[in-house]
Parts: sequence; C-alpha cells; structure tokens
Amino acid sequence: MSLSLKKQKMPEQDPKVRAKNFAEVALGYSAGDAALEAARCLQCKNPLCRQGCPVEVNIPEFIKHIKDGDMDAAIGSIKNFNSLPAVCGRVCPQEEQCEKHCILAKKGEPVGIGRLERYAADYARNKGETVKPVAYKADAQKVAIVGAGPAGLTAAGDLAKMGYQVTVFEALHLPGGVLMYGIPEFRLPKEIVQAEIDNLRKLGVEIAVNAVIGQTFTVDELMEEEGFNAVFIGTGAGLPHFMGLPGENLNGVYAANEFLTRCNLMKAYRFPECATPIKVGRKVAVVGGGNVAMDAARTALRLGAEKVYIVYRRSEEEMPARKEELHHAKEEGIEFRLLTNPVAVLGNDEGWVKGLRCVRMELGEADASGRRRPVEVPDSEFELDVDVVVIAIGQGPNPLVQSTTKGLETNRKGNIIADAETGATSKPGVFAGGDIVTGAATVILAMGAGKKAAVAIDRYLKDKKNR
Amino acid sequence: MYKILEKQELAPSVKLFVMEAPLIARKAKPGQFVILRIDENGERIPLTIADFNREKGTITLIFQEVGASTRQLGRLNAGESLLDLVGPLGKPTHIEKMGTVVCIGGGIGIAPVYPIARGMKEAGNKVISIIGARSQDILIYEDEMKAVSDELHITTDDGSKGHKGLVTHVLQQMIDAGTKIDLVMAIGPVIMMRSVAEVTRPYGIHTVVSLNPIMVDGTGMCGGCRVAVGDENKFACVDGPEFDAHLVDFNGLMARQRMYKPNEHDASQRCARHGGEGECQCHSH
Ligand SMILES: Cc1cc2nc3c(=O)[nH]c(=O)nc-3n(C[C@H](O)[C@H](O)[C@H](O)COP(=O)(O)OP(=O)(O)OC[C@H]3O[C@@H](n4cnc5c(N)ncnc54)[C@H](O)[C@@H]3O)c2cc1C
Ligand SMILES: Cc1cc2nc3c(=O)[nH]c(=O)nc-3n(C[C@H](O)[C@H](O)[C@H](O)COP(=O)(O)OP(=O)(O)OC[C@H]3O[C@@H](n4cnc5c(N)ncnc54)[C@H](O)[C@@H]3O)c2cc1C
Ligand code: SF4
Ligand code: SF4
Ligand code: FES
Ligand SMILES: [Mg+2]
Repeated sequence: MSLSLKKQKMPEQDPKVRAKNFAEVALGYSAGDAALEAARCLQCKNPLCRQGCPVEVNIPEFIKHIKDGDMDAAIGSIKNFNSLPAVCGRVCPQEEQCEKHCILAKKGEPVGIGRLERYAADYARNKGETVKPVAYKADAQKVAIVGAGPAGLTAAGDLAKMGYQVTVFEALHLPGGVLMYGIPEFRLPKEIVQAEIDNLRKLGVEIAVNAVIGQTFTVDELMEEEGFNAVFIGTGAGLPHFMGLPGENLNGVYAANEFLTRCNLMKAYRFPECATPIKVGRKVAVVGGGNVAMDAARTALRLGAEKVYIVYRRSEEEMPARKEELHHAKEEGIEFRLLTNPVAVLGNDEGWVKGLRCVRMELGEADASGRRRPVEVPDSEFELDVDVVVIAIGQGPNPLVQSTTKGLETNRKGNIIADAETGATSKPGVFAGGDIVTGAATVILAMGAGKKAAVAIDRYLKDKKNR
Repeated sequence: MYKILEKQELAPSVKLFVMEAPLIARKAKPGQFVILRIDENGERIPLTIADFNREKGTITLIFQEVGASTRQLGRLNAGESLLDLVGPLGKPTHIEKMGTVVCIGGGIGIAPVYPIARGMKEAGNKVISIIGARSQDILIYEDEMKAVSDELHITTDDGSKGHKGLVTHVLQQMIDAGTKIDLVMAIGPVIMMRSVAEVTRPYGIHTVVSLNPIMVDGTGMCGGCRVAVGDENKFACVDGPEFDAHLVDFNGLMARQRMYKPNEHDASQRCARHGGEGECQCHSH
C-alpha cells in the first residue's frame, strides 16, 4: 500500500456556519482518520520530529501505540513528556516545531503529529481519566507557584507528583492564564483547560484564586511568613502595549487583552445573561499579525461584526501567526490589509471611534531580525471606516511581582532573569519561567520551562535539606 | 466564598457590607480597592475599601446601586456570600505629616475619603473635611467624618443640611479666607473632582483625586482602565487609582465611563422585565 503524501484532513465546521458561533472550529479525527494518519509515520530510528518538539515527546512511540490501537499506552507515553497534550495538540505551532522536522515533510506533508496528539488526549479525557491523589509525607516541603498559566500549572503538577505540597496563587478568579482568558473557545474549548485543572486538584495541588502576588502576599512574605520553601514565578506577559496613536483612548478602542478577556473569561458574548458588556463593532479593525490578532479578529466576527480587517504593516510572509489560523481567518472572511500601518484613530463628537487613518507601507532593507523593514509610502494615507479598533501588537511583562520582590533581577525590558536550564533567578529559592522570562512565546515553551524548574526546585530543596 | 457578615442601608440605594476577608484586611491601606464577583455570570465590580479591621479580619464596602450589578449586590443579605473577592488592589494613598489637609468627599465618594482622612489625622495633620450630597437623606458617614476631622463642613445641593451649594464653594471660601492648605484630597463624581482641580489650580495647591474608570481585571492586564495623566497613559488599577488632579484628563475619563451606556440600559431593562426593581431574577437561575 502506498502511503498518502498528504495528511488526513481534519474535519472542521463549515466556515460560514462557524463564523457565527463560538464552538470549536476543528472537530478532531475519528478513529479511522487517526489510524490512517498513524500509519503514515515511518517510525524513524532517528526521529527528527522529536528534535523539533521543545519537550521532546516520544513521537514515534506514541504514534505506534495509536496505530496498534493501544490508546492507554499512547496517552501514557505522551504524558511522560507533556502534561497538557489536549492543549498542545490544538495550539502548538507544529508547522514550526515537530512537524517541520518530520522526514515526510521533505517530499509531501509531514505526519499530523499535533492532530494525533490531540486525538489521544481527547480519547483519554472522554473515557474519563483516573488521577490518584499523591499522599504527602507529614514533613513534605511547601512550594508556592505564582500564576496559573501553562508554566505554573506544569511546574505544580510535576512538583506534586514528586511529593511536594504545592499551592498555586492566581490573580484572576479562574486558573489557566492565557488558555482561559486569551485563546478563544473556538480554538481551545475552556472545558478542556478546566479538565486539566481539575486533574491537578485531584492530584492534590491547591489552587488559590483571587490572590494577587505583590498585593495580597509578596514573594518575601510567602517565604518568610507563610512557610514556603521555594517559589516558582510564572506570571506571563500580560501587560498590553499600545501604539501611542492619537485617538487611542476613544470609546471603541481595545487592547486585545481586554477584548479577549471580556469575551473568553467573562463570556461577554452571552451579555446580558452574563453581566460583562462588550462593544460589538459593525466594522472592526484589528492591528497586528500574530495569533493574538487572529484570535481578536475572529472573535469580533463571531460577536456579529459585518466586516473585520486585519491591519498589518508587513506582508503575509512575515506574519507571526500560525499558518493554520491565518488560513482559518481567511476562510471565515476576515479581510487582510497588509503593508498598512495605522497613524490615527478618528473619533466623532461623542468620543466614539469612527475610523482608522492608515498609511501604506513597502518593504525596505532587512532589519536585525532578518525581516525586511516596512517603510511608509509617501502620500498614501487613507481611512478605514470602522467603529471598533483592537490593538494586538504585543504584550510586555507585568511589573507587579518584580517591583515588590527584594533582590529579583530583571532585564531592560522588565523580564525576570532566569537560568534557561533551571529557571533559577538571582534570588535564592525563587525560580521563574514562561513568558515572564522569555517575553510572549508559546504554550509548549512555557510548559517546558515549568518542567525544568520543577526538576531544579526538587534538586535545590534536596540539597538544602542534606546540607 | 466570601461571607457578608453585616449589611446596613445608609441611605436609599446606598448600602454597606462588612465582609469576612482576613487576607485583604491584613494588607489593606487607605486608598486601595477590591474587585468582587457576585456569582458565576457576574461581572467584576471594583469597590473601594471604605474601612478595614485587621483584628476581626473584616473590610467594609459601601456602594450605590446604579445599575444591574450593584442592584443585584444590594439584594444580598448578611449571611450570604460573594463568589469572588480580590484585593487589596491599587496603590495606597501617600500619607504623611504635611500640615493642613483638606479632605473632600462628594456623594458615595465620602466613603473612600473616610479612611484617608483618618490616616491623615493619625499622621498628625490638621484635617479639614468638606462632604457634600444632593440632599440630607443621602448624606452618608457624617459622624465618622466628624470623628476624624478638626473641622467638618457639610454641603447639600438643596440646602436641606449645611451650606446650600457645592463643596467647591466652601473650598473657594477657605482659600479666599487665607487658609494655608498643603494638600487637597478629593473623591466623588468626576465632575466634582474636575471642579476641585480647577479651584486649586490657580493657587498651585497640590490636589489628589481617586479615579474610577471602567475596570476588568484590576491587575494591569487589560488596559481598559487607562487614563491620560499629563503626557502619559496610566493604568488606574495599578498606577493609581490616585493621581495629581492637575494632570488628569477628566473629559477623556468621563467619555470612557460612558462606553457601555447602551449595554447598561439593556441590562437594566432585562432586570425590569424579570419583575422590576427589587426582584430581579436574571442572575439567579
Ligand atoms: C490571544 C493569544 C493567543 C495565543 N495563541 C497561541 C497559540 O496558538 N499557540 C501557542 O503556543 N501560544 C499562543 N499564545 C501564547 C501562549 O498563550 C503563552 O506563551 C503562554 O500562555 C505563556 O504561559 P505562561 O504560563 O508563561 O503565562 P500566562 O499564560 O500568561 O499565565 C500567567 C498567569 O499568571 C497570572 N498572574 C500574573 N500576575 C500575577 C500575580 N502578580 N499574582 C498572581 N497571578 C498572577 C495571570 O493572571 C495568568 O493567569 C497566545 C497568546 C495569546 C495572548
Ligand atoms: C477603583 C474604583 C473604586 C470604586 N469604588 C466604588 C465605591 O466604593 N462605591 C461605589 O458605589 N462605586 C464604586 N466604584 C464604581 C462601581 O464600580 C460602579 O458603580 C459599578 O461597577 C457599576 O456597576 P453596575 O452594573 O451596577 O452599573 P452599570 O449600569 O453597569 O454602570 C453604571 C456606571 O458605572 C460605571 N461602571 C460600570 N462598570 C464598571 C466597572 N467594571 N468598573 C468601574 N466602573 C464601572 C460606568 O461608568 C457606568 O456608566 C468604583 C470604581 C472603581 C474603578
Ligand atoms: S507538544 Fe507540540 S511540538 Fe511537541 S509533539 Fe506535541 S504538538 Fe508537537
Ligand atoms: S520524523 Fe515523521 S515519520 Fe519519522 S518518526 Fe517522526 S513523525 Fe514519524
Ligand atoms: S483594569 Fe485591566 S488594566 Fe486596569
Ligand atoms: Mg454593569
């Protein structure tokens, strides 16, 4: 039997239908799809795919188990490396990681590693996973985790399994970090994130929501007064950047964080049954070209906008968003205004957005990052008729923890300085990882950092005890 | 769950809750606030910490019923609980001995000014307070303010109590009479705070106001609470809520506070459909 050069297709909701609902776009493989896709894997002796995965999931092994129909073994194998496979199978930029390196990608399409990972994780969840609580020893040491995003949750799970007494402190009323408040339901159903969090609780991890570290407690208080022997900081990149445009404070201008938080965390799409309001634009411009911009644009469409533009100053090639999501956005009817840069938000007499003034750009010389730098085309100003503008040009580190913790060093951008292998910071007993260290990155990198830090914290606490 | 230990009605549609909140009470300082959520479908509602008792582990919240969520809040009773309560948030008031401090509270703003006046008094300042309301029956915290002030002036719009007129009239008279003022601290409706800023500006009297833009997270994550202060945009939830009144763009703030007027109307209408004021069912199913 000759194997297909193409991946098994992912069943999806029809673009016209899904553009009006918040249900998941990609529906997941059937058992038949999964078997066919698993059969495409060559079971390489030296699997290049693994090198592309930041946590080195044993890809051929778990795929072989799927092929053999041994799903318990498949999920067991994945979970040895990755504690959130249902999430990563959905949101990892596979085309730049595992699948990019797959040997099949040289001739045709790579193995659908992410899709298979998702299939195994969903299978396990639907079957009902059994999580055994870890019995603490009476003298178990205590570890505090600050921030319940993928970095913090991964560190928490691993440390709990090692027998530590772990408490996660989360500022918001729900744990999950960007997985809960940022990435929309139609890409990552909240039920999946919730199931992972429930599993952590069953494992014995305590999650204290409504606890802002730097306010409710400081890191120093956690260590000196609350008896924590070590602290892991995974507070993410949650500080929205604005552009400093004239008119940026008009009504109808949102940072993507606010727009997405109102919709995902606060369920504003169910207003007024859910009490948080959101401005549903008639015509919406989203400024930016990353995953955050795509998510905001597709959310605006689902809220009921007639027209949604992505305004991006470079060309499609330079867009940092996942290709798959770019494709989805196009299918749904999002209009791309590339090589276009906003210069002012225009308002009406009552202080509401009535347009976005833009200039056209062209690509000039390559900059330090190797991408060609966009430069303004003279006299190319034009106006987009919009009533909502969402700024999605990136996020920086929130300073709350750094500014209230003695002896915690940060870099020029305000990120915590931590060892790439261990997460150790300048402050003894304090470790950090995820977006707060690297700047806005990916779920799997944040998880990888949480994992490494858990190992390092274990080593640190054992060394300290034996001294 | 966060328990309501005590409930009082201070004036029609102004209610006071004493909340069980030991962790917040332990850290709270004058000028800070909390964010609460009533139930699973609730929005995040910011309210100033009007008082706190570290020994008892309680904080006091005072709120005016102005829309769907605050009305729903007002229907809760002692013994019931809120789903979420987080804090203390924001920066505390800068309190030190400065000399003479004029504390101005307008309407519901008297509640948050109270712990500040008390703190200023304890720090050794002479505290002159001016509190104002539309009418005597909605004037709150008169006794509390009297207890922490060297002088207390009352104004009402309708003249039912104290001076007939606005708090700014009394402030202007004080300045005209040559009173030496080292700091004015004003909390109340934005229009009042803007007027206070205009009164003190020509004399260069340092004036601080506490801003209440629409907030979501209260941790600096969403950017919704941004306010232009001088040449900069500040996030009121983490950089404030207190700012130098002479630098604040009050008109911009007022415009942004109206962002959800059409939605708020819908929410209130929906409440009315569910049985009118006092019996809204929309969040309890
Ligand atoms: C809209 C959007 C879409 C994205 N799409 C993708 C994608 O498709 N694929 C992908 O791989 N990555 C994506 N990312 C990036 C990815 O989500 C992040 O890199 C990842 O979530 C970082 O994890 P983290 O644990 O470091 O931080 P976060 O997920 O940001 O979590 C940090 C947590 O810490 C909490 N916190 C912050 N300060 C405090 C404090 N002082 N006290 C207590 N708690 C605090 C926050 O409330 C939050 O819950 C996306 C990001 C966004 C915003
Ligand atoms: C730091 C801060 C401290 C505050 N302290 C107090 C206080 O001690 N007592 C008190 O009575 N009120 C206080 N407020 C205002 C209070 O939060 C609002 O009145 C309340 O959220 C209105 O909710 P609603 O649904 O009942 O009214 P709605 O009908 O939804 O809104 C009425 C008006 O309230 C304002 N508002 C609505 N939602 C919010 C929000 N999420 N954040 C801020 N303002 C909003 C808007 O300007 C709106 O026009 C404070 C606000 C802030 C930001
Ligand atoms: S975790 Fe992400 S990168 Fe690693 S194998 Fe799974 S999908 Fe690929
Ligand atoms: S490189 Fe591709 S074909 Fe080879 S083991 Fe990995 S997934 Fe299978
Ligand atoms: S309320 Fe979100 S940043 Fe201030
Ligand atoms: Mg409301």
